[in-house]
Amino acid sequence: MSKVDLAQFHKAFHEESLDGLDAMEQALLALDEGADDPELINVVFRAAHSIKGGAATFGFADVAAFTHVAENLMDEVRSGRRPMEKAVVELLLRSGDVIRDMLSLQMAGQPGATAESQSLLAELSAMVGGAAAPVATKAAAPAEAIEGWDIAFRPFDYLLKTGNDPARMFRELEALGPLATTVDASKLPSLADMDPTASYLAYTLRLDAGAKRAAVEGVFDWVDGDCELTVTPRVAAPAPVAAPAAPVAPRAVREVAANSEASSVRVGIEKIDMLINLVGELVITQAMLSQFNEGVGEARLEMFRHGLAQLARHTRELQESVMSIRMLPISTVFNRFPRLVRDLAQKLDKKVVLDLRGETTELDKTVLEKIGDPLVHLVRNAIDHGLEVPAKRTAAGKSDTGTLRMEAFHRGGSIVVEVADDGAGLNRDAIVAKAVQRGIIASGEGMSDDAVAELIFEAGFSTAATTTDLSGRGVGMDVVRRNVMDLGGTVNIRSVHGKGTTFTITLPLTLAIIDGLTAAVGSETYIVPLVSIVESVQVKADLVRSVVGGGELFRFRDEWLPIVRLFDVFGCDGERLSVDQGIVIVVEAEGTRIGLFVDELIGQQQAVVKSLEANYRRVVGISGATILPDGAVALITDVTGLVRMQARRKAA
Amino acid sequence: MNQPASIASVAEAAQYLTVNLGNEEYGVDILAVREIRGWTPVTRIPQAPSYVLGVLNLRGAIVPVLDLRLRFGLAREEYTATTVCVIVMVAGRQFGIVVDAVSDVVEVAPDGIRPVPDMGTTVDTEYLKGLTSVGERMVLLLDVDRLLQPQDAQMLEAALASQEAKAVA
Repeated sequence: MSKVDLAQFHKAFHEESLDGLDAMEQALLALDEGADDPELINVVFRAAHSIKGGAATFGFADVAAFTHVAENLMDEVRSGRRPMEKAVVELLLRSGDVIRDMLSLQMAGQPGATAESQSLLAELSAMVGGAAAPVATKAAAPAEAIEGWDIAFRPFDYLLKTGNDPARMFRELEALGPLATTVDASKLPSLADMDPTASYLAYTLRLDAGAKRAAVEGVFDWVDGDCELTVTPRVAAPAPVAAPAAPVAPRAVREVAANSEASSVRVGIEKIDMLINLVGELVITQAMLSQFNEGVGEARLEMFRHGLAQLARHTRELQESVMSIRMLPISTVFNRFPRLVRDLAQKLDKKVVLDLRGETTELDKTVLEKIGDPLVHLVRNAIDHGLEVPAKRTAAGKSDTGTLRMEAFHRGGSIVVEVADDGAGLNRDAIVAKAVQRGIIASGEGMSDDAVAELIFEAGFSTAATTTDLSGRGVGMDVVRRNVMDLGGTVNIRSVHGKGTTFTITLPLTLAIIDGLTAAVGSETYIVPLVSIVESVQVKADLVRSVVGGGELFRFRDEWLPIVRLFDVFGCDGERLSVDQGIVIVVEAEGTRIGLFVDELIGQQQAVVKSLEANYRRVVGISGATILPDGAVALITDVTGLVRMQARRKAA
Repeated sequence: MNQPASIASVAEAAQYLTVNLGNEEYGVDILAVREIRGWTPVTRIPQAPSYVLGVLNLRGAIVPVLDLRLRFGLAREEYTATTVCVIVMVAGRQFGIVVDAVSDVVEVAPDGIRPVPDMGTTVDTEYLKGLTSVGERMVLLLDVDRLLQPQDAQMLEAALASQEAKAVA
C-alpha cells in the first residue's frame, strides 16, 4: 500500500455512501410495496457493493465485513435464488440503518461495530445461504467439482478513469483463495507516448479455489462493460479440459443514473459563500452608483442612466444564478419520509399512504438543513395523533387507509410546505380544557376554531393523554414554530373536525438577503426585517399610557401594545425623542406584537445579511449586519429577540 | 536562558510588527496581521464592552474594532488622520486594533523573549506574552488571541443563559 493519506477521501466516501444508502432505502421501500423491477434490486445491490468496496479501500473493516454479508443476501435475491420477501426487505432496511450508524462511528474515529450491528450481522448470516459461512472465508467444497477459475481480464484503456482499480479487485479475488496473476504488458506504449491515466495491461488470473461463480463475477461487477472478461471454470482432473466457456453474457447496459435524481455537483459551501459575498458587494456597489443619479450634464446623464439600468439587470441576474447554486430540491428532505411513515404506521397499526408532491421545488440549502426536524415532528404528530386506526376510520365512514400529504410549492416570493392528514382533526374541547388548565386562556368561549388551534403552539402544550415513544418527549409544537421562525418563516394550522388537519409552513426563499425598513435611531441606523412588520404608525401622545415600572403602552386598534424604545434598548447616541416625534413600527414574532419606537423611517431596501458572529459574537436584539450603500455597516434588528426581551421584562 | 543562539533558534525567530501606544511600544506577531488601514468611523454595537468601538465593513466581512488604549485601561485619545487600525486574524476570526501609530518590524528570537515583570499598574500582563529588547527599546509582545478574548463572550453567554432560565422559571 502506498502511503497516500486516504483521510482526505474519507469525507467524500462518507457522503457517497450516505447517498447510496438513501438510494438503497428508496429502492427497498418500492420493493416493499410490491414493485417488481429487477433494476430496483440492482440499485440495492450496487449501493451495498460500492459501500463495501469503499469501506475496504479505506480500511473500515467492520463496515466492509457487515456490508459484505448484506450484499451476499442481496445477491441471492438478484440471482433468483431467493424471493424478495417482506422479511428480506425488513432485514435490509435495518441493515441500511446499521451501516449508516457504523459509518458515522467510523468517521468519528471509533470502531464501527456495535452490539446492534453484531446481532444484525448474525441474523443476516443466518439468512444468507441458510447459515452458510460468509463467502469471505474460504467457501465450503462446492457441489460441482470445480477446482478453480481461469480469468482473462483486459480492461479498456479508460477503466482507471472510472474509478476502478484492478489491484483492488485482485485483492478481493485473493480473499476467495490463492491467486496467480500473469500480466500481459504487450500493449504498453513507449514511455513518451504513455498516458499515465490509461490502463494498457491485460491480466490472466488463476484462482485456485472452488468459489461460486457469482462470487468471482461479483468482483468484476463494477467494470461490467468496461473490459473484456472471460471467466472459465477449471473442473477436476477426470473431466476433459473444458472448452472455453462463452464470455459472461454481458448484462444489459444499465442506465448510469439508477435513480431519477438530476445529476448534481458537489461544491464546497465556503466557495459558494464566497461567491455570494462577492455578489452581495456588487449589489452594494450598484446601490451606491445609483445615488449619483442626479445633477450631472444632460447627455452624460442619459448614458449614465442606461449603464446603471444594465448594471442593475446584470447584478440581479448574477445574483439569481449564484443563489441558485445553493438551491436544492426539497426531495432531499422529503426522501426520508417514506421510511419514517412506513415504520410509524407499522408500529401504530395504522394504514397510511404518503402522498409527496412538489418534490422538485427548490429551497436554500441552509433552509433545507433546518426544515427537516420540524417536518419530522409534524409527520409524527399527524400519524400518531391525527390519523385514526383503521377500525375507527371505517366506523367514521372513511377508507381504512389514511392519507398523509406533503406538498411544497411557490407562493409569491416564498416557499410553502404543507403537511396535511385526513384524520380526526384537532379536538377543540381537549385543547381548550388543557389551555384553561395551564392558565393560557380563561375560557374557550368566543374563540374561533383557528384561534383554538393556534394554542397548540404554546410552550409545553400537548393534548396527548400519555406520552408515547413517538411523540410527547417534552418537545412540542412550540419547538416546531420556533425552528420555523428562526428561518424567518411562519406556521399556520387549519383543522376541520373529523376531516383532518393541515399545517402550512411558509418560508423565505433564502436567508442571505432580506427586505427591510431602514430606520434612524438617534445618530444610528438600524434595519427592521419587513417580514415581521405589521404596520408603521405615528402615535399621538394621548394614546400612550405609562405603567408602573417604567413601561409604556400605546393603543393600536383594539389592543394595548408595549412600546420598546430602540434608543434605550441599544443605548444609542444622540437626542432622545418623545413618542409623538417619532414612528412606532408594530412588529410581530411568536404571536406577540410589540411597537418598536424609532426616530424616523428612512426607506425600504434589500439587505445582504452578514454574520456578526463570524468575527464577533451574538448580540441580544441583533440578528446580523448589512452594508449600506455608503459602505457603512448597519445592524439588523432581531424582532424575535426583542419580543422575548420585552416578555422577560414584563415577567421580571 | 543564556544558551548560545543556535542556528535552529535563529531560524525560528519570529517577526513582530511594532505599534505605538503613548510612549510604549507593542509587538504584534506579523503572521496574524492582515492589513494596516487608516481610521474610519465604525458602527457601534449595543451591549459591547467599552473598548469595542464597533464594527466596520472589510470588503464584505463585518469586523469588530477595538481600541487598545481602552483595552488596557488608558485614557482615550482623539482619533486623527494618523490613527491606525491594524487588522489581525486569529483562529479564523478577524478584528481590528486601533493604535496611535505603526512603527517597525522587528525580529525576535524565541530566547530573546523575557517574561513580563508584574508592573502592577496600567497594563494587564494577561494580554502580554513577554517582552523583548530591540537595541535600547523595550517591546511588549501582545498575546493577540486574548484581546478579543473568549472569556468575555463566555461570561456573556452564561449571563444570558441564566437570564433565560430565570425567565422560564
